[in-house]
Amino acid sequence: MDDKIQQNTTKVITAENLTKKFGHFTAVDNISFEVERGEIFGFLGANGAGKTTAMRMLCGLSIPTSGTGLVAGYDIENQTELVKKSIGYMSQKFSLYDDLKVWENIELFGGIYGMKDKEIKVKTDELMKVLNFENERDKLVGSLPLGFKQKLAFSVSIFHTPRVVFLDEPTGGVDPITRRQFWELIYDATSKGITVFVTTHYMDEAEYCDRVSIMVDGRIEALDSPKNLKKQFHANSMDEVFQQLARKSTRLAD
Amino acid sequence: MNAIEVKNISKNYFPKESGKFVGIGERSILQNGSNLNSPLGVGGISFDVKRGEIFGLIGPDGAGKTTIFRILTTLLLPDQGTASVDGFDVVADYKEIRNRVGYMPGRFSLYQDLTVEENLNFFATVFNTTIEENYELVKDIYQQIEPFKKRRAGKLSGGMKQKLALCCALIHKPSVLFLDEPTTGVDPVSRKEFWGMLKKLKEQGITILVSTPYMDEASQCDRIALIQNGEFLKIDTPDTIIEQYRNKLWAVKSDSMYKLLTDLRANEQTKNCFAFGDKHHVSIDNIQLTISGLKELLEKKGHLNIDIKEIEPTIEDCFMQLIQG
Repeated sequence: MDDKIQQNTTKVITAENLTKKFGHFTAVDNISFEVERGEIFGFLGANGAGKTTAMRMLCGLSIPTSGTGLVAGYDIENQTELVKKSIGYMSQKFSLYDDLKVWENIELFGGIYGMKDKEIKVKTDELMKVLNFENERDKLVGSLPLGFKQKLAFSVSIFHTPRVVFLDEPTGGVDPITRRQFWELIYDATSKGITVFVTTHYMDEAEYCDRVSIMVDGRIEALDSPKNLKKQFHANSMDEVFQQLARKSTRLAD
Repeated sequence: MNAIEVKNISKNYFPKESGKFVGIGERSILQNGSNLNSPLGVGGISFDVKRGEIFGLIGPDGAGKTTIFRILTTLLLPDQGTASVDGFDVVADYKEIRNRVGYMPGRFSLYQDLTVEENLNFFATVFNTTIEENYELVKDIYQQIEPFKKRRAGKLSGGMKQKLALCCALIHKPSVLFLDEPTTGVDPVSRKEFWGMLKKLKEQGITILVSTPYMDEASQCDRIALIQNGEFLKIDTPDTIIEQYRNKLWAVKSDSMYKLLTDLRANEQTKNCFAFGDKHHVSIDNIQLTISGLKELLEKKGHLNIDIKEIEPTIEDCFMQLIQG
């Protein structure tokens, strides 16, 4: 059944008029967009624009007040458990368990996503080679430098080959070289057909996305490729585009 | 007298006997012919901050920025070396320093259950002053959050928490302000606003030591220290650091950016090559290679719409050159 869904559509995420209200406050206001298979989709916005709320709905963690959404072919309102099984998630704040070893973290997350022991073992060996991590395998994650941790956390988030991986500010605080190596891992994942949905405050990283949406006060104010957005806003960089749009914000809460 | 003076400071979070090191100032100790077990070796890290200066500590997480803040705000004792703030020693005169400095830690540290107004009042009271007495200093910032003064701090958004924390660090009119990563996780628009606020505080004569992982904020500082793995890579004005960049630097574009990255790296004359937004920055070792020469090379590899321009390096380019040695 899974394969059928994948064949029938190239859309991995579809959001239609998605809205979330908390009391009188509309955190996400009627947003609609689609993300194609294998795409890197940048989800930008100022603090408090509604990015996290929107992302929580797409991950099946929060039920929309109105509107509909499909992620990996599953309904984000009625099939939240199936949504969760088909996605990966990584954030700067929570990623791995510091007091478990590298291999233990991988086994734990692989197990949670229902992978077979043998598959976990084979893929762990593979991953350690690719990341050049063979000497770190038995180390506690807490003892690794941040750059290592973030690369490992990303690899673990796609270990079960999800249809789409959600990355919430994955490179915050990471040194500039590691930040660029991290993006090379992202490119590599998309070449395997994994779709990437990513938020960032680094505007140079917005340029690496195939398409970028910019949220202002709960609504999507712009959505296109970085190239077209720069043309549309007569800007030289994505930073200028962002500055023009985000200054429109009237939301006092931030 | 400098506002901050740091001489040969080091701090190892592991006990000496362990032979391990996590902290600041390890390499420079070893370089100076001393070692980890020597009781009072020279080495460690040193720097000065002039009165009224905005001095930036720029480096990734884990570089040692917070350790420096904690030593200077008298919350952590260094293993060796001396430091003074406003002429007072961080160990002997710690009480005096605590009265004079403002500190905004990296993690939000106000009382979540108190309102905006109550938090500010609390910090004023602790320092034996009142909001009214120093209102002028915080006015511009406080007015932006004043509509929410009855809201609990825990219920504020990120940007507002940051503004409140800055007000609380300023309410006793400190002579030196310590800001540990005030803009981390903050969007680019709010970050620009925040630096605007710091410029205004500088005009009022307040010395500011500020840290950030965002390299593009370096140019907002009078002087910066680039820091990685507990060591300073360089201390100078942003302009001087940029002037000292050692190679030619070109920004390169073509229709196939990912292939371009691999092709540029495979080129023998490339020292290094990194993606920078919609361009790749290539530093070139060979002074004979010209822009048209590189263009020709890339055309041979099948690239279309090649665009190469000589550019001035950014602080991020300099940082990457320095950590690559």
